[in-house]
Amino acid sequence: MSEQIELLRKKFEESISQVRDASELETLRVNFLGKSGFVTTLLKGMGKLSPDEKKKMGQVINTFKTSVADAIGKKAEELHELAVKKEIEMTPEFDVSVPTDLSRGSYHPITLVQRQCENVFKSMGFTVEDYSEVVTDYECFESLNIPKFHPARDMQDTYYLTNGQLLKSQTSAAQNAIYRKYKDQLINEGKPIKAVFPGRCFRNESTDACHENTFFQMEGVMVGKDISISNLIFFMKTMLSEVFQRDIKVRLRPGFFPFVEPGFELDINCLICGGEGCPSCKHSGWLELCPCGMIHPNVLREGGIDPDEYTGFAFGLGLTRLAMMKYGVKDIRDLNSGALVNLEQFTDDE
Amino acid sequence: MFISINWIKDFVDLSGLDIDELIHKFSLSTAEVENEIFYKGSDVSGVVVAEIKSVENHPESKKLHLLKVDAGDGKLTDVVCGAPNVKVGMKTAFAKVGARLGEIEITPRELAGYTSCGMCCSEKEIGISDDHSGIMELDESLVNGTDIKDVMEIDDIVFEVDNKSLTNRPDLWGHYGIAREFAALAGRPLKPLDTVDLTEYKDLPKVDMKIEDPLCYRYSCLQFENITRKISPANMRIRLFYCGMRAINFLADLTNYLMLEMGQPMHAFDSRKVEKIRIKRFEAPFEFQTLDGVERHIDENTLMICNDNTPVAIAGIMGGLDSEIVEDTSSLTLESATFDAVSIRKSSARLSHRTDASMRYEKSLDPEMTVTAVARFVKLLSDFDGGVKVTSSLTDEYAKKFDKVTLSFDKRFVDRYTGIEIDNETIVKTLTALGFKVTLDGDDFTVDVPSWRATKDVTLKADIIEEITRIYGYDNFDVHTAAAPLYPVRPFAEKSIEDKIKDILVKEFSLHEVHSYIWEYSDEYKKLGIVTEPNVKLLNATNPNIETIRKSMIPTQLCQIKTNSSYAPSFGIFEIGRTVDGIDENNLCREHKKLAVTLFSKTETTETLYFKLIRMISVAVDDIKHKSLSFTAKETGLNYIHPKNFNAIVCDGKEIGEIGVVHPEVLKNIDKKANVVFLEVDMKDLVETENAGIKYAEASKYPSIEVDVTFVADTFRPIKEAIALINSELVKKTSVVDTYNDANGKSITIRIVFSHPERTLVKDEVMAIVNELIAKLESKGIKLKA
Repeated sequence: MSEQIELLRKKFEESISQVRDASELETLRVNFLGKSGFVTTLLKGMGKLSPDEKKKMGQVINTFKTSVADAIGKKAEELHELAVKKEIEMTPEFDVSVPTDLSRGSYHPITLVQRQCENVFKSMGFTVEDYSEVVTDYECFESLNIPKFHPARDMQDTYYLTNGQLLKSQTSAAQNAIYRKYKDQLINEGKPIKAVFPGRCFRNESTDACHENTFFQMEGVMVGKDISISNLIFFMKTMLSEVFQRDIKVRLRPGFFPFVEPGFELDINCLICGGEGCPSCKHSGWLELCPCGMIHPNVLREGGIDPDEYTGFAFGLGLTRLAMMKYGVKDIRDLNSGALVNLEQFTDDE
Repeated sequence: MFISINWIKDFVDLSGLDIDELIHKFSLSTAEVENEIFYKGSDVSGVVVAEIKSVENHPESKKLHLLKVDAGDGKLTDVVCGAPNVKVGMKTAFAKVGARLGEIEITPRELAGYTSCGMCCSEKEIGISDDHSGIMELDESLVNGTDIKDVMEIDDIVFEVDNKSLTNRPDLWGHYGIAREFAALAGRPLKPLDTVDLTEYKDLPKVDMKIEDPLCYRYSCLQFENITRKISPANMRIRLFYCGMRAINFLADLTNYLMLEMGQPMHAFDSRKVEKIRIKRFEAPFEFQTLDGVERHIDENTLMICNDNTPVAIAGIMGGLDSEIVEDTSSLTLESATFDAVSIRKSSARLSHRTDASMRYEKSLDPEMTVTAVARFVKLLSDFDGGVKVTSSLTDEYAKKFDKVTLSFDKRFVDRYTGIEIDNETIVKTLTALGFKVTLDGDDFTVDVPSWRATKDVTLKADIIEEITRIYGYDNFDVHTAAAPLYPVRPFAEKSIEDKIKDILVKEFSLHEVHSYIWEYSDEYKKLGIVTEPNVKLLNATNPNIETIRKSMIPTQLCQIKTNSSYAPSFGIFEIGRTVDGIDENNLCREHKKLAVTLFSKTETTETLYFKLIRMISVAVDDIKHKSLSFTAKETGLNYIHPKNFNAIVCDGKEIGEIGVVHPEVLKNIDKKANVVFLEVDMKDLVETENAGIKYAEASKYPSIEVDVTFVADTFRPIKEAIALINSELVKKTSVVDTYNDANGKSITIRIVFSHPERTLVKDEVMAIVNELIAKLESKGIKLKA
């Protein structure tokens, strides 16, 4: 019987050295340790032996059985490690150099710039209003201290409609309505009027890379007890610095607009050359950006506000111009073209 | 308008001041100055007075002469000269060897076989006129060798003021007004204009003149004779040239000079042609030839200067050819007048003829100026032409005076308006320098506005603020924020909903926001075969393709879809824009703010696209209003909309928009292989829809039961209605899980989810509901699928 065990041991050692995967190992295990395996057969064959021999052989067989089980266990571990290693080796490396598809929706650049401006003013307690695009002569001119035959009506070529109304040539056309909407709060509760109102404006002119008949402005007004020129400069400088995310230098020059007195042209230091002088600023270091001024007493009065009690400032920011400056859009016509090949780039800019 | 610093210096001493800095200050305080400043004469040096001592013809050239000139350096210099006007004894401007004329440096050079050591110069070569007909002829009394710049005002600094920035300042349309600003900015006194006293002619006869029309505010005139001078003094011609005018003859130059100096346009008539000056309009239109030889159509609104009944000039715009000063004119009548600004502006617009005079008149000139201008004219005339004789007394009719403007305010008013502290002394000094008469009593100011600012420009206290602050300098302002009480700012619902829609469509559905125009693009509509209904039109569009205001944004978007048809196989665009739906009972446009969305795809079916679009608007409305939508079929007569699948978008029982498919006839013009669907929602209707808010319901802890049932039905609608009718609290959700067609027609498989918040459901109670549904549908002829 000992010889038999010896033979089996040899056979086992030979077999296990040839095992290549888990299923072969399992077959080996069944062959030796299974119900009708060699080891079980050995144990069954002990019935013919004397008790002493039984005891002795039992120990020998059990030792053999344990050594087989251990060897199989160890082999199983080895095979597992090998399999994991192999799986990792088989895993392909991804080609991260492949370009990423970023295609997704986009905002109109005016929306982005408009939101930036609105957010600055919202943070300072301004309401953001909206107004119609078709307005009356009263809204666009009369209420703004621009009577009939005033030269200012020549300055802007207005689109008139067959019913006598017009397409608003300036966001100021909403001023009168804003004053009327908020004047009671101002007068009865002492709440200053603080509002910005972006909108589409129209001028009857031929279009080219720098001229559009349809463009956006954002008007802003603040009316209160002691609103001053000093405040006006502060708000303009603050707003522009926030929008451009850097310290903007502003300067005011006298400018004539019938609905403000005094009226100003506001220049900012050229963003391209920083004020050194370059072709963009015609070598002056300054860019004309936005007309503004102290609201004309006649305009306040027309809005139901006593100009002896209250003062205020107004400004008209060219949103289209601002968007072009900010994003380097060279041809103004791209903005209304609907050409997605250009517009898709404005995914977000908060 | 060009401004000469030499001219300004006639009225203000600018010695010791940095002129460039002063011009910059002017630009920041008064009116916009164009960037380039011209340093006239800076590129001219080494040009002296020289006498031509001998002239010989060049042996081989017909044009060239060989000259010997005396340039005051004790020798004769050989010069080859091509000018036709050379003669012995003539004094001229001579550029010596080493002289500079612009880019040219004068060196000895060979000319047709002779050496020329210098150049005799024309006015053009010196840069003082565009006359290149011959070399300059200088006064014989000048000493040879004298630098030409000591003889003439060649050196000057000239800058250009943007005319647009002067629209409200009639006083700045002449050098004297500009000089007043410079004086105030430099803190130096303004010299008075040198004039003659016109009362010395008071005993002479008057000119026969009468204003017969209220559009003429003031008419002043005077007659002269014996004017012998033909060519204006050099310095006058140089100033005119530097300021952009061409010298014509002494008399014409002098009227122009006065206009550039005082801003007062003047006109000289041949006295023989205007014996009875009448200012009036004519009832019947006629043709009139102005002195530039052009026939112009004069209508009943155009004010004319007449000789009795014969028109001789268009008031304030241009004189007539017939009454112009001619060679044998011996006596002339000088006009210095003021007319109604609006009338001049409209006449000049009607005639499409804007002149230097009309440009000034339309700004509302100061009528006080007319007589001073005449007195100044006489002064200059007699200075330069000693023999001139005044033959009439000043004839002056002042029909309309502007009201004198006096303004009162206190220091507190200035402080409030400016937000900074400007002391009383500075205020008084500034206003006085600008010609205002100021009385200060404690902190109370009383200010008389000078006549030249009182025609329309300065009428209010606020106008005074501008005068004080602009001279004070905006750069010198202490800048600070405003003090205002705090209160919550409620967002404007319309705006925030707009923002949300944009975010949802861009971020959730990858659409692209576009902008467009409010009018129809007729040429593009034609290309796509889109026909629209009549609507409000533009009256005065310059582009013939734009005329009608759009009723819907859909055609606009179809044009933009066409533009982008090769952009990507599938994409979608949207815009929140405006439309006008005709005119209401008050004759006002019915303007609507609309959201328009259009989807395009070459890979997806119309049906898939359509349901994508339904999902987009449903998600948006659910996010914004927490409401669901329903769709009901609509009819359309519009040729670009497919008659089928055109549905109203209904929310809360109210139609808020439309959704549809593009008509195949139009679609084939956009892209034969693509499908296009669209929707348009009225923003106001959406904004006004009540927000249902989020209604939170705790999820049941007990298991739910799902039941699938298949019906033979064309649409889901009756099933939905039947479930609604049963109205069981146990039904949590119903969805369509499958639809298919076979020989029996269309089948719809629905899945109903049942649950109870507090217990596990029993199969029987669920089946009871399902059976009720089956029975209800069967009664309507909708059978369970076998």
